[in-house]
Amino acid sequence: MASREEAPKVNAGSMADIAFLLLIFFLVTTSIETDAGLDRMLPREGTEIPPPIPRRNIFPILINGNDELLVDGELTDLKDLREMTIAFLDNGGYGIEELGYCSYCKGERDVKSSDNPNKAIVSLMSNRETTYGTYITVQNELVAAYNALRNREAQRLFRTDFTALEALYSNSETSIADKKDLKAKIRKIQELYPMKLSEAERN
Amino acid sequence: MSKFAKKKDGELPAVSTASLPDIVFMLLFFFMTVTVMKDSSVMVKNELPVANQIKKLEKKERVITIYVGSPNNEFQKTFGTEPKIQLNDKFANPTDVGDYILMERAKKSQDLQNFLTTSLKVDKDANMGLISDIKLELRKVNALKVNYTTGSGDAFNNLD
Repeated sequence: MASREEAPKVNAGSMADIAFLLLIFFLVTTSIETDAGLDRMLPREGTEIPPPIPRRNIFPILINGNDELLVDGELTDLKDLREMTIAFLDNGGYGIEELGYCSYCKGERDVKSSDNPNKAIVSLMSNRETTYGTYITVQNELVAAYNALRNREAQRLFRTDFTALEALYSNSETSIADKKDLKAKIRKIQELYPMKLSEAERN
Repeated sequence: MSKFAKKKDGELPAVSTASLPDIVFMLLFFFMTVTVMKDSSVMVKNELPVANQIKKLEKKERVITIYVGSPNNEFQKTFGTEPKIQLNDKFANPTDVGDYILMERAKKSQDLQNFLTTSLKVDKDANMGLISDIKLELRKVNALKVNYTTGSGDAFNNLD
């Protein structure tokens, strides 16, 4: 008999409905995460009193309550901040015969600006009324300035971008041996242009 | 007499829906892989600023999240419109941040406790005063690694 040989077919018409139900459940209970941002290390508590630093090695940035920017004593547009920061960090004011001469700097070598990238400090002062969006934009520009210089050095030394090295390092598919090598390279570049950012609040 | 009998007028062949479940399953799997479960609902306006020099945040179990923004409409009657801090499911004062971090840190496994990042999800219209207060509290409990979580895009879009 025919009915013995053939198993009866299950009606799959409602499969789509079931799948839709599941789909809608997942749409409601989950969210797409924003999982990227600007990393920053806060200073340890109790390191408030800085050692005396010559004025030329400090790059003061002030943001007031109206989100206006005062860079190095001048009212500045945010768009110029990146260039100014690069110029300050890359200055290398020490002469060639002096100790701490910056051999890789390509700046103006102005004696009134920073001596060496590892002495240059960016001081960011914000007001309680400053908008967070502006603050992030400033932070972003500062990171961009450091990244530009670090990329340049990484290109010179390792023929690759610093940001590419970092991305590769944080990638979970990179093997441990490679990571060790990458870490050494990243350290090397970071020593050339260490990020020295001091933050304070001003009322 | 023609070999091919003419179909009756007005009768369209039915579209086969047999592959519909497959399509929907495909969508389902897409959403299952790219999204994560919500662990707390955000009770504040949380429009993150954008930046383009961003780095990817670490694994989820190594991150403690703090939300800041002005309360949503349904909470404005009790909490006002000024930006507030949200810790887990509660509104909190800056002074509560330290305790919260310590509590969350204790919940994590021992080997992760020294590698935690605090993710600050702050609305772009919030003021820096509140953020400074939070940072001060974070320093008190030695949670020094912070991540200003942002969307990706041109940073100058934050200004308007």
